[in-house]
Amino acid sequence: MYSQGLIGADGRTEETPEFLARFQKRIDAEEKIEPKDEMPEGYRRTLIRQIGQHAHSEIVGMLPEGNWITRAPSLRRKAALLAKVQDEGGHGLYLYSAAETLGVSREEMTEELLSGKAKYSSIFNYPTLSWADMGTIGWLVDGAAIMNQIPLCRCSFGPYARAMIRVCKEESFHQRQGYEIVMTLAQGTPEQKAMAQDSLNRWWWPSLMMFGPHDADSQHSDQSMAWKIKRFTNDELRQKFIDATVPQAEYLGLTIPDPDLKWNEDKGGYDHGPIDWDEFWRVVKGHGPMAKDRIKARKKAWDDGAWVREAALAHAEKRRARKIAAE
Amino acid sequence: MAVWEALLELADDHLVLGHRISEWCGHAPMLEEDLAMPNMGLDLIGTARTLYDHAGKLEGKGRSEDDLAYLRDEREYRNCLLVERPNEDFAHTMLRQFYFAAFMRPYWLAALNSTDETVRGVAGKAEKEMAYHIRHAGEWVIRLGDGTEESAARMRDAVEALHIYVDELFDSSDAARDAEAAGVLPVRADLRATWERTVSEVFAEALLEQPKAAYAQRGGRQGIHNETLGHLLAEMQVVHRAHPGARW
Amino acid sequence: MTATIPLWEVFIRPRNGLAHKHVGSLHAADEVMALQSARDVYTRRGEGNSIWVVPSAAITASDPDQTAENFEPTADKIYRHPTFYEIPEDVGHM
Repeated sequence: MYSQGLIGADGRTEETPEFLARFQKRIDAEEKIEPKDEMPEGYRRTLIRQIGQHAHSEIVGMLPEGNWITRAPSLRRKAALLAKVQDEGGHGLYLYSAAETLGVSREEMTEELLSGKAKYSSIFNYPTLSWADMGTIGWLVDGAAIMNQIPLCRCSFGPYARAMIRVCKEESFHQRQGYEIVMTLAQGTPEQKAMAQDSLNRWWWPSLMMFGPHDADSQHSDQSMAWKIKRFTNDELRQKFIDATVPQAEYLGLTIPDPDLKWNEDKGGYDHGPIDWDEFWRVVKGHGPMAKDRIKARKKAWDDGAWVREAALAHAEKRRARKIAAE
Repeated sequence: MAVWEALLELADDHLVLGHRISEWCGHAPMLEEDLAMPNMGLDLIGTARTLYDHAGKLEGKGRSEDDLAYLRDEREYRNCLLVERPNEDFAHTMLRQFYFAAFMRPYWLAALNSTDETVRGVAGKAEKEMAYHIRHAGEWVIRLGDGTEESAARMRDAVEALHIYVDELFDSSDAARDAEAAGVLPVRADLRATWERTVSEVFAEALLEQPKAAYAQRGGRQGIHNETLGHLLAEMQVVHRAHPGARW
Repeated sequence: MTATIPLWEVFIRPRNGLAHKHVGSLHAADEVMALQSARDVYTRRGEGNSIWVVPSAAITASDPDQTAENFEPTADKIYRHPTFYEIPEDVGHM
């Protein structure tokens, strides 16, 4: 779950043209790059930034859904949601581990998140205001994330690709879980159906924005494509998502809040209305409605947990000392 | 008193504690614990669901697991007081989990011989889950008790705060006594020695002492709770109750 | 800031008869918590029945710069493979 479009490759390198050509040849031959292999500094920096952002998105992404675990309206839903949010934590963990192979620690990445230096997916800076949002997030936000993530399973960097394979395998239940919630509401009482429609109205456009700016406005996208960190453009993935989602909304009898949405026979896909890029950039720059609260919550968890982590380390030190003394 | 009411007590214990643990999700001291705590919560909620379902069937009035979980008030909830205590900090949370699991493990082991097939089924699954909860929460009690000065002080506070709720674990309500007499559920008082042994082993490593409770707090089995439970239920039930009769 | 919590590599055996396979890593202060965290993080969907954890710092890895000298000299030792030897078909499977 991350804003693919925000992440451009860092093309600055000090390496010789011969070295870069040799590296590109390996990439073009679909060879995987492993952590200790030689790689351009820009490739390393790009991956650290992208995997870090991706991991942060998973961790911050626990908060909007975590907001409803204690209010889930049935025990079946409560268990499923708890398991789902737990998965997001797991995905963050796999991704931090992948980034750590490049020589950056989880602590350093966490500090960058908490100081506001590192970004995460803007979608999580919107509030979850009803139970229906648990359905819509699973259906749309996870749906959009899957579009982004499946190509990443073939990413040129081995540890990232392996983490993504695990993530995608686990994530397959998330979207179905969400769609089932929305479906139950859409087929429920008039109030439940209205709740589902309101939720779709609020999450549709932010979900489209998850794919990032139009290709023409996406920085450094070409370099990421060349390095096979990224395999489809923002607009390609957005189109795929819309084409897959519109029939799913029709099945539910819900209306996608875009009067300009219509099937285009020639391109074999849907045309959609203009995306509000002012809102997009506002939220990306940290002015999303929940941005401050999200970081505050993460910082509180980190600060409140400091004494626990310190105690674990202190105890480990004592154990080691006792073991040596016993030998 | 009927057996289904004794099952309800058990189900309430598991749901309320599972709910408390789930409140941590996304806010744990380290990411690894954000994976560990939901595992414990899911174990507890899973057991609660089976017990509610079974209790509803034995009652015979057509109440589902959700009817029982979402449509009873705090006076009707029958959980013990220990499980409803707030999370406070990680020390309180782990000690509460450890105390409860140290009780439930021998409880489920004894319930493997229940005269009720569903109870035997739950016991077979839950005794393993509780064995793991004892290990995980117990290891944290040891690390915090014998960690830093701050963690040791917090652990001692947790022991002080929670110890007064221990005795109630071993009380049998009228409903529980009937279920015990029928061989459906184990006799609670019989489990005290095992509980003491589990706790004293961990406390010895954790450099903690068990205080003598000057006065034990009781009342959960009669629906006389602390004020915290009402807030927990208000939050848990709000969506369900706002849409009477709706499916979710 | 205090010392950081060490990194561990996790290996899982999916079932008896198979070898333990590297599945990922995690942070833990000691080996007991590392094992428990590995259970909670990496076996939530029945992925295995045995876990190894190893401090990442304890792993000695071959140097990618020596990949060629390490692994290429083996390529021309084709006499190590059964197809190098010619046995008449009449002899049967060998």
